[in-house]
Amino acid sequence: MQEILRCLVVNSFCFVLAMGYAAQLGAQTKNTSQRLVVTGSSTIAPLVNEIARRFESTHPEMRIDVQTGGSSRGITEVRQGIAAIGMVSRALKSDERNLHAFTIAQDGIGVIVHASNPVTGFSRQQIADIYTGKITRWKVLGGADERITVIHKAEGRSTLELFVDYIQRRNSEIKPHVIIGDNAQGIKAVTGNPHAIGYVSIGAAEFEIRRGLPLRLLPLDGIAASVEAVRQGIFPLSRPLNLVTLGEPQGLALEFIEFARSPQVHDLVEAQYFIPVNAD
Amino acid sequence: MPIDQWLPGVLRAGALIALLIMLFILIFLIGESWPVLSKLSIAQLVTDSSWHPLEGAYNLMPMLTGTVLASTGALLLAIPLGLASALFTLFYAPRYLAVSYKRLIELLAGIPSVVFGFWGLTVLVPLINQWHPPGASLLAGILVLTLMILPTVTVTAHAALAAVSDELARNAAALGLSRWGTIQGVMLPAAKAGISAGIMLAAARALGETMAVLMVAGNVVQYPETVFDPVRTLAANIALETAYAMGDHRAVLFVSGLLLMGLIMVFSALAEALEKQQHA
Repeated sequence: MQEILRCLVVNSFCFVLAMGYAAQLGAQTKNTSQRLVVTGSSTIAPLVNEIARRFESTHPEMRIDVQTGGSSRGITEVRQGIAAIGMVSRALKSDERNLHAFTIAQDGIGVIVHASNPVTGFSRQQIADIYTGKITRWKVLGGADERITVIHKAEGRSTLELFVDYIQRRNSEIKPHVIIGDNAQGIKAVTGNPHAIGYVSIGAAEFEIRRGLPLRLLPLDGIAASVEAVRQGIFPLSRPLNLVTLGEPQGLALEFIEFARSPQVHDLVEAQYFIPVNAD
Repeated sequence: MPIDQWLPGVLRAGALIALLIMLFILIFLIGESWPVLSKLSIAQLVTDSSWHPLEGAYNLMPMLTGTVLASTGALLLAIPLGLASALFTLFYAPRYLAVSYKRLIELLAGIPSVVFGFWGLTVLVPLINQWHPPGASLLAGILVLTLMILPTVTVTAHAALAAVSDELARNAAALGLSRWGTIQGVMLPAAKAGISAGIMLAAARALGETMAVLMVAGNVVQYPETVFDPVRTLAANIALETAYAMGDHRAVLFVSGLLLMGLIMVFSALAEALEKQQHA
């Protein structure tokens, strides 16, 4: 018993030493450089990461730490003060009005099928029918006599929210065959299955199509799904990509947000197949 | 002598730390799931109509069923295959073949699970899809899991069989037993404890495996009617939704973690009971 106690004492001593050391290290880095934590949507994260790198090259004393975990996490952590800036890939909801949002780009969600699928387009009603299980075969839509594989996203994703809003259904009414996590997984699932239908970010889909993957973006309500249509604001399934802060941004956060909205980063926005905004 | 003085203390401290970590994890899990355990009734996790956490429906049973079915299926395939491989390399294969075969199995054990998942998604799922859509299914999950736990079963069975003392094997030979007679009458009973321990290890790995299953099993929350229906396992559910979950939704995910831990505890208790029965 005594020995256990002795060991405990020694261990906790080591632990306290380590903690103290870590705290000191933390304090040192804080002194030499300013740190900004940005967290949220996995759709926006790669873009903000690029912007942050360019920002750091002109502001060598600053460190910008970009983390992902979805729009909801962005909102939560900004509210808790864990992150200075949140990335949210949708417009703010009514109970989120206490936050400040700054749009840095626009993104559209496109419905994708395999390149070999002859179907030419859908109406909003047809998509709703496919996703609620009323239409189960491609033949009804002018395709092959095969069963439709419906690919849906996991609950909580902003892409899902926007899509479900668009078809005016509740998530529990949807009858999916495959549920996926991020855009990349959705694109892989559709390229691997000629009878599948899914929805992903238009930017991501256009990028993969240009790379030669067997994919096709379908028009919605007769409007071709393209970055161009989203830019003109005529595409029905589109969303703003926002940086959000708790209260008016100040200092480093304000500087970064202004930089992210400036023409200096338009090439980065376009490289990610998003559509830049014109900050006034 | 000095070693004997301080070694017990170090060993005790090590054991204590392992125990404390385990306890902390358990306390953490219970703490995080407390909002749900105290607010909602446990019965709700069984009787709710479906799993739609954002609409307040939290039925975990389809996912528990999916987890158990996928693991059981994989064990049913991996146990005979693994035992056959171990017996083949030890008793029947020529030496050069045995050595290279064993290396191959060990290599299989070292492949990260995402690689299995990626292979499953790009090869296995399209293949099953041609046979019976949608491809991403319980069957795909079982097959990928089988591949993953096969080396565990093989390597542990091989080690257990090889550890049986030479004396036993020589006595059996002296008694004129055939090769198969020696295996089933002497070697297998003598190695039983080691083999079943390996199987339990494999079972625990199958229950907790996340990434590979997430990529191929389709992740639809439902009771599968055939092996071609998609399922979601508890581990996959946590991985899919944690990043985007808030409030009660998040707490229920921790409950599913608790459930998974309980399941693994039941398994290890079973293993212990089996072993006791064998010694009695």
